[in-house]
Amino acid sequence: MSIYHTLTPEQFDAIGQELDAIRNREIADLGEKDEKYIRTLIKRQRQLEVAGRGLLMAGFLPPAWLAGVACLSASKILDNMEIGHNVMHGQYDWMGDKNINSRNFDWDNTCTNTAWKHTHNFEHHTFTNVLDKDHDIGYGILRMSDDQEWEPRFVLNPILAVILSTFFQHFVAVQSLKLEDYLIYKTKTKEELKAEFKPTWKKMRKQLFKDYLLFPALAGPFFPFVFAGNVTANLARNLWSSQVIFNGHFPEEVEQFPESVLEDESRGHWYVRQMLGSANFEGGRLMHIMSGNLSFQIEHHLFPDIPAHRYARISPEVKAICEKYGLPYNTGSFMKQSVSVWKRIFKMSLPGKGGGKGKGLMAKVIPLKAESGSASRQAA
Amino acid sequence: MNATTQTPRRFQQGLQRLLQSRVAGVLSYPHGVDRYLEVLNPLWSTTEVRARVEKIEHLTADSVTVTLQPNTNWQGFIPGQFVQLTVSIDGKRHTRCYSPANSLHRTDGRIELTAKAHANGFVSRYLREQLQEGEVVTLSPAGGEFALPEQRPERVLLISGGSGITPVMSMLRTLCDEGYDGEITFLHYANRAEDMIYADELADIATRHNNVTLLRAFGDGESGGELSGLFCSEHLCSSVPDFAQATTFLCGPPPMMAAVEKVWEEEGLSDRLHKEQFTLATPQLDTSDEAGGEVRFARSETLVANNGSNLLEQAEAAGLTPESGCRMGICYSCTCKKTAGKVRDLRTGEISSGDEEDIQLCVSVPVGTVALDI
Repeated sequence: MSIYHTLTPEQFDAIGQELDAIRNREIADLGEKDEKYIRTLIKRQRQLEVAGRGLLMAGFLPPAWLAGVACLSASKILDNMEIGHNVMHGQYDWMGDKNINSRNFDWDNTCTNTAWKHTHNFEHHTFTNVLDKDHDIGYGILRMSDDQEWEPRFVLNPILAVILSTFFQHFVAVQSLKLEDYLIYKTKTKEELKAEFKPTWKKMRKQLFKDYLLFPALAGPFFPFVFAGNVTANLARNLWSSQVIFNGHFPEEVEQFPESVLEDESRGHWYVRQMLGSANFEGGRLMHIMSGNLSFQIEHHLFPDIPAHRYARISPEVKAICEKYGLPYNTGSFMKQSVSVWKRIFKMSLPGKGGGKGKGLMAKVIPLKAESGSASRQAA
Repeated sequence: MNATTQTPRRFQQGLQRLLQSRVAGVLSYPHGVDRYLEVLNPLWSTTEVRARVEKIEHLTADSVTVTLQPNTNWQGFIPGQFVQLTVSIDGKRHTRCYSPANSLHRTDGRIELTAKAHANGFVSRYLREQLQEGEVVTLSPAGGEFALPEQRPERVLLISGGSGITPVMSMLRTLCDEGYDGEITFLHYANRAEDMIYADELADIATRHNNVTLLRAFGDGESGGELSGLFCSEHLCSSVPDFAQATTFLCGPPPMMAAVEKVWEEEGLSDRLHKEQFTLATPQLDTSDEAGGEVRFARSETLVANNGSNLLEQAEAAGLTPESGCRMGICYSCTCKKTAGKVRDLRTGEISSGDEEDIQLCVSVPVGTVALDI
């Protein structure tokens, strides 16, 4: 049985208060060092981008091409993860700088700011790991949970996961459209889809034009080198960011929840659900920065709007709270968590319960709430 | 202008055009050209006015005079107008209005701002105590109706109090630089002689220009002024008997302004009095009662009585549909600009400043009257 059911209401409240205290302390401490951190990082990212795009112009020389791809990949990863993802979470809104602000910031990615904030900040962070509410469970493409009903298409789970990772930015860009509702469940019309796709397409078009036409064209006869460089940099960013995100929620022990947990959920319950539904991975400072500090996925889910560079310092306290209340604090090496994620992806391609660990909650609750649990898909 | 200064200027204009072109926009998408330029030099921007702090002086014990060198986006100002100065203090941006005090005809193109550091003047205290030469600040274009008319008036009366001296100082310096030959009376109120900003320069101007009369009024019991005490109509009758013929420009603390306005009103001269309220850019709001006051949704021109619930609920109850999401302060979908008033953060209990700033509607409860840009 999941710890979610053995904690007393008082314990939930106590956990909520302890975590709120950390949050309040960090918020009160926001200041110049946070500003300096994000500004320096943005500066580095812009430098890497200019260097990368410049080097690729001389991409006919293999060392320049390789260095160019490395710089541009690093630039795109920084832009999307430690800068874009975190700025759009509102981590730096308090600075009052309109250019480093969740409302205005846009990233080097085909997903629009508005669509991202809806699917990620709102749906994923509010309903973390709640089946049928958190679209990040499988992105509408994969089967990532025992309690997601098996369909024949999920035989292709591992292949679909590779495709998802390869074109991750585009899948994220269209995530808000819930394509499966049109293609598979037929609950969405073509017209609705078209209208919803319009703003996304506007952004996608600009990104594709810039990376695959304009910059290559600037290189004249060396068009193919720049084109190939940009394809590789985008691919590197896609593979890296998707793996980082998968590692945050899909290692085998990470729990998923039925919709019923949302009824009258207290602050303490919400915090506990975030901790049970997230996993960290370990690494050095560079690893943390390049993963947008999503290596501290647990801390990020507890405090999504606190500047991410603070998570490393907060993590021992969070770990101590977990130990105190007997909550798991899921962490391991990047490799260990990745292997665990891919095991889940393979297991879920077969019908029936995958037999993974840590599914006590779903197994216990679903039968009790059979009506609401199984009816939700048809109703959606 | 000779050829040597023409060429860099033409080059600069060409570069500016290139950087503002569509191609540059697409290449730098989605961040925009400015975000790359500022990495090279924080002063560089294709649109924003930014300025480097060239000099910091302390003309009196509690004031600071900052000389700024703006970038080429600065379009100049009319004496009397103000600019919004934005500085970053402990990571957070703060914006305040200041009136440049320099002459329009200053040849080095620099802007001079003077502020008095009040005990609770957060930004002015920062300017006085922490701002460093070489730092880069952000400015708005100049604005405001309080301005010296292009057709210079025949007779000018400048009345100021405290740090309200800055816009009328700019007018005086400009008129003197132009060789203006009409009569100018400069009537200034300060608590003490040593608190008077620009005291030496004003005395100097008055000696060199026969058409300038300097009248200084210091607090009761203070010596060194031509007048003493607070503004009263006797000051005018005795020292500026022809005030009715003058075009008058007034800037000072609210009680003093009210006293002056009253005299002009009584004389039926209100249309000859130009005034600038310099102490508060936003209206003073009543914050005594938390659940009292009203919520003003400026853009949708809606006004409701503050019922004490969070601003998202109040907006929705008023029939508005602001963007929203989690309703618990984590997704930032409902972030919007508060233009005035204070709010309490439901999570921390902290009460915000009354400044213009971004807030999350779902976790903000108005403390008294609040104005929002939705």
